[in-house]
Amino acid sequence: MTRNTSTNHSLLTPFNLVAGAILIIGAGITVLRFTRGLGAVTHLSNDNPWGIWIGFDLLCGVALAAGGYVTSAAVYIFGMKRYHSAVRPAILTGFLGYAMVVLALNYDVGRPWRLPYPFVVQQGTTSLLFEVGACVALYLTVLFIEFSPAALEWLGLKRARNLVTRLTMLLTIFGVVLSTLHQSSLGALYLIAPSKLHPLWYSPYLPVYFFVSSIVAGLSMVLFESTLAHHYFGDRMDAAHIEENTGVTLGFAKAASLVLAGYFTIKVIGLAMDDNWRYLTTGYGVWFLVELLGFVAFPCFLYAVGVRDKNIRLIRWTAVLTVVGIMLNRLNVSLIAFNWQLPSSERYFPSWMEIMISVFVVTIGILIYRFIVTRMPILYEHPDYPSSH
Amino acid sequence: MSLTRRKFLGWVGAAGAGAVIGKNASASTTEHFKGYPNSFAVLHDITLCVGCRSCEAACNKVNELPPPDRPFTDLSVLNERRRTTAKAYTVVNRFQNRKSPQHPVFAKKQCNHCLEPACASACFVRAFRKTPEGPVVYDPSVCVGCRYCMVACPFGIPAYEYDNAFSPKVMKCTMCYPRVMKGQLPGCVEACPREALTFGKRKDVLEIARQRIHDNPGRYLNHIYGETEMGGASWLYISGAPYQEIGMREDLGVTPAPELTSGALSVVPMVVGLWPVLLTGIYAITQRKEKVAAEEKAAAVAEAVEKSESSARQALSDALNKAHKEALKEKDAAVQQAVKKALAEAASSKAEEAAH
Ligand code: SF4
Ligand code: SF4
Ligand code: SF4
Repeated sequence: MTRNTSTNHSLLTPFNLVAGAILIIGAGITVLRFTRGLGAVTHLSNDNPWGIWIGFDLLCGVALAAGGYVTSAAVYIFGMKRYHSAVRPAILTGFLGYAMVVLALNYDVGRPWRLPYPFVVQQGTTSLLFEVGACVALYLTVLFIEFSPAALEWLGLKRARNLVTRLTMLLTIFGVVLSTLHQSSLGALYLIAPSKLHPLWYSPYLPVYFFVSSIVAGLSMVLFESTLAHHYFGDRMDAAHIEENTGVTLGFAKAASLVLAGYFTIKVIGLAMDDNWRYLTTGYGVWFLVELLGFVAFPCFLYAVGVRDKNIRLIRWTAVLTVVGIMLNRLNVSLIAFNWQLPSSERYFPSWMEIMISVFVVTIGILIYRFIVTRMPILYEHPDYPSSH
Repeated sequence: MSLTRRKFLGWVGAAGAGAVIGKNASASTTEHFKGYPNSFAVLHDITLCVGCRSCEAACNKVNELPPPDRPFTDLSVLNERRRTTAKAYTVVNRFQNRKSPQHPVFAKKQCNHCLEPACASACFVRAFRKTPEGPVVYDPSVCVGCRYCMVACPFGIPAYEYDNAFSPKVMKCTMCYPRVMKGQLPGCVEACPREALTFGKRKDVLEIARQRIHDNPGRYLNHIYGETEMGGASWLYISGAPYQEIGMREDLGVTPAPELTSGALSVVPMVVGLWPVLLTGIYAITQRKEKVAAEEKAAAVAEAVEKSESSARQALSDALNKAHKEALKEKDAAVQQAVKKALAEAASSKAEEAAH
């Protein structure tokens, strides 16, 4: 392997300097977290037991890592073979996304070394969190196996690689089942707290909302990541990847527009079922409308226009808007509309150290992504293994 | 409370026996779980509470909790609204009395020991357990520290040891389970100088509450808080002031917490069972479509080839015909030429002859 990317010269880029600083600060806070406890670094309280490490790292992280299952399902199950080049990058970001979620959870739970307890010591099967934990653990394994052919090609382990690729269909189906379950259960986590979550966000349909919006998140993230990858790693892409990209962009944008329309519809149905119209005139109601109209209806429309006009730029910006909207939704459910009845002095706002740890975790993810795409056949096909699917 | 130790121990035994009958605490039947038949409960008569904090002091002592920030004799803490914390399983708060402002209302807060606890239903290692005797107890030896129990509890009770780095625990009132099992009264109940707290079997305690309301309709509201809230609890309250004015939510409803999530949980086997079948079906359809498409393509290609072949043959024969005709034409032309030439020669020879 020629590693011209890691010579001394290129190490001192602004990106590397910023990343290095984040890693150093993050390491410092990590030491503080594990020697002095959660109280020393977070603003968590007895009334606000979950902060951004759950609201952002877990909820947003899992939603945005949905690209893996959405893409592999589209290509392998729904037979959209022409999007084949989008699978590997989506699987990789999915895998890294979940790995980072699990990393962040180790900061959040009080005794991370006991994370296997729910599976090996005592199973709390009445808990939605048990379902989330079990599915995330299994799905991380599935993603790892799905990703492994790229690593095995890089390492030159031909036989192992061929063995794994034979499992593709099975893994894809397993991945879709697991994703359906945990994407929806993340929303279902809040079903148990109707007295704490604002009625505009609380709904018996929470699991359905979370699942459907995860599809949108997955599609939009694939679009968003491919924009970034084009920009920064364009030289790593092969002709197939670049050629197929327009098709992928238009196809995914069309799908995202349709699913967003469905999501909008079920949100309105939920509003009507619970007869929550009267809340719309309150402050929270306005905020709800901002989310629903500005970040669901609007991107739905923009995607549709983008597809009609074949406007790739518009589609890419819409993907960003949609991703922001999904994150807003997760933060609304977990933090902003949660504990809405508490006086403002008892509400939660993250400490700078909590934010830093979230940034730290995302940075680690990006660094590993960069390490992998600059070495392994992710954005191009390995010459020894031309598409055999 | 006047009850003999032997009677008390007899009760504990009966509650344990009741456990055998009332096993289905979390079984998903349509019938509503009404609590273990012989379980205990505490009744808090809010109209009797004077906010002396004796219960807080006793609770601190029997549970060996760390010393409080301010001594229990300091009543100025009543100026702020407090909640349970990792250092205090129970707190008393003072509230304004709308009806007679010079007589504030005091209310004690601690775990309500729900009949179907949200905390227990939420915990993914089953660290919480509703005992047949009534108390909801916590096992710190399995707790992972995810704090979902705190998210779930509708009464905002469990607290966490955020400052403990190595063995943080969820902290909440135990209803003095260890004492109750030894035949002793809960610390707070024993310490209350006003007998604002009454311990006994839940059905008896409920009876006492009803009796008091019945005998003093002007003193009490006709609502025993905890009888049905979130499916019912083992800590009951009677009060003269509306509950929502004294920090107790009245909008919780009567649905027990496990019912809120049972729908979502019951979907799991459906997804696991149906998704693979559906997805494989879709896969089969796309495969079939592709196969059909491939076959059609092959057929089309064959036809095209056929067509082009036949047209090629046509062209060939056309070409041959043409060549043949051309050859004939050429022959004709050549003959004609030859004839012409011959005629011309003949004519010229004739002319020559004539000239001679
Ligand atoms: S009051 Fe809260 S902590 Fe106590 S049993 Fe009920 S749900 Fe659990
Ligand atoms: S913090 Fe402990 S007791 Fe509470 S839900 Fe998590 S594991 Fe269970
Ligand atoms: S029952 Fe025991 S643990 Fe609970 S408040 Fe009373 S003294 Fe404290």
